[in-house]
Amino acid sequence: MISDIDITLVDWSRAQFALTAIYHWFFVPLTLGLSFMIAIMETIYVRTGNEEWKRITRFWMKLFGVNFAIGVATGIILEFEFGTNWSNYSWFVGDIFGAPLAIEGILAFFLESTFIAVMFFGWNKVSKKFHLASSWLVAFGSNLSALWILVANSWMQYPVGMEFNPETVRNEMISFWDVLLSPVAVNKFLHTISSSYVVASLFIVGVSAWYLLKKRELLLARRSIVLASVFGLLSALFTAITGDGSAYMVAQKQPAKLAAMEGLYQGKSGAGLIVFGVLKADAHKDKEDNFHVKFEVPKVLSLLGYRSPDAFVPGIKDLTDGNKEHNIMPTSEKMEKGRLALASLCSFKEYKKQNNQAKVDSSLGIFRANAQYMGYGYLNDPNSIIPNVPMTFYSFHIMVGLGTLFILLFMITLYLSLKNKLDKQRLLLKLLILFLPLGYVASESGWIVAEVGRQPWAIQDLMPVSVATTRIDATAVMTTFILFAVLFTVLLIAEIKIMLTQIKTGPEGGKNV
Amino acid sequence: MRKKISGLFLTVFNFYYDGFRSMTMGKKLWIIIIIKLFIMFVVLKLFFFPDFLQTKFENDKQRSDYVLEQLTMPTNK
Repeated sequence: MISDIDITLVDWSRAQFALTAIYHWFFVPLTLGLSFMIAIMETIYVRTGNEEWKRITRFWMKLFGVNFAIGVATGIILEFEFGTNWSNYSWFVGDIFGAPLAIEGILAFFLESTFIAVMFFGWNKVSKKFHLASSWLVAFGSNLSALWILVANSWMQYPVGMEFNPETVRNEMISFWDVLLSPVAVNKFLHTISSSYVVASLFIVGVSAWYLLKKRELLLARRSIVLASVFGLLSALFTAITGDGSAYMVAQKQPAKLAAMEGLYQGKSGAGLIVFGVLKADAHKDKEDNFHVKFEVPKVLSLLGYRSPDAFVPGIKDLTDGNKEHNIMPTSEKMEKGRLALASLCSFKEYKKQNNQAKVDSSLGIFRANAQYMGYGYLNDPNSIIPNVPMTFYSFHIMVGLGTLFILLFMITLYLSLKNKLDKQRLLLKLLILFLPLGYVASESGWIVAEVGRQPWAIQDLMPVSVATTRIDATAVMTTFILFAVLFTVLLIAEIKIMLTQIKTGPEGGKNV
Repeated sequence: MRKKISGLFLTVFNFYYDGFRSMTMGKKLWIIIIIKLFIMFVVLKLFFFPDFLQTKFENDKQRSDYVLEQLTMPTNK
């Protein structure tokens, strides 16, 4: 089947989705994290009555407003793309994908039209406590909104709680709770929001560091740094814990992704975790040594992936060629089963037309027995289950490396702040500004690991991206790709420009948003 | 009861009206939001992003037949 598909169309459709998702994700983490820190700042103000905390709250709320206003609805474009460029996929997933997105849409609407308005317009118009409650509801609401999107994404990585209906050619949800509470969804949600809190903490720390360097707004900057360092440190530690949970789930459900994340071409027992490594350009599953240089911690990959230091971790070769000793089915066998599933789906339709119930039942039986391998039926080559290894490997190591640095950075910043020594550390203050964009780099890298690492699948094991794509003209997709690139770049430049102006102006530049 | 509802409506209206009027930087943001939403929902959605299955087919039966054909037609046999 894949040979019949215009690869240019698939590539442009993927590129377009990747571009819009990456740009959309520039706005989301700051909203998720900043909303909580603003609510904490306002809580301190309400409890202490200290006007400086109100001033601090309003300043960060203003920057939150800029980010929210420019970022709002950028995610809608992804939904447009589902209908136009991914129509086979959209139909196939049925209400499983639609239900969480609908809940997200309703939540976002009520959140944005009510509590955000109270948050921005309600100072001195509603009681302090009601205003504070609105700020907390915005924080919880935006995070809850993210939950539904992440549940939908998790289902694509680990499809559960559904049954495929061959008559409608759609998946139907049989357990909402299995979809919502799947271990992949729970880990993904916690990991994504906690890492977003880290991005927002780095934002506050970076902007405050700039004020300290300029010797402006010293009290605001010092208080903000202490709060963001504590919040950031706790979030970064929690991100590490949930990251471990996510990696464990990847090991269980998406072993090819794990192999790519670690550049593990040949599986082994007691596999080590690569802390740093440079892959060879001609790395291949049949080669023993695929690294120019690597620093590896023995047995840790087995421990993290399978909770046992001597566990066998399958490599790319084991997953494509199979491994009898470790009971790993070769991909070629899965491809046979997948083709059987597709052929029986085809004959099911024919026998249905002929009203031949006995054969309908028989086709359905064969389909059900092989349905879990359905996606493999579209593959031409067992090696096509291997994602882009260098991209997945480096993105994973950039994410983990930066995450570790963030923990150290928050610890140092918090310590020096509490000792009242941070103001004099000019080099560190400059470094803190530099780390602001690195938070985004780590966050986007995480998404690259998640999405590139699961290729070729749109839905794990069930539907490759090449089948999910709508058969439309590749030029049309290319045109909209360019349109989006221009639109989102303009929005991003506008955000950065307005944000920088507001930061330079400081909290006194107009109290209202 | 009707008086209470209209009073509540007026309060909410005034809340938003005063809020928007007293905005400073927000006006620039609102212009960006409106232009952005116009480009997204009017230009992009109408001219570049039709819902493929909704526009090409009249009912769900046709849509499911088409998708089934897409999923099964040129298998690797």
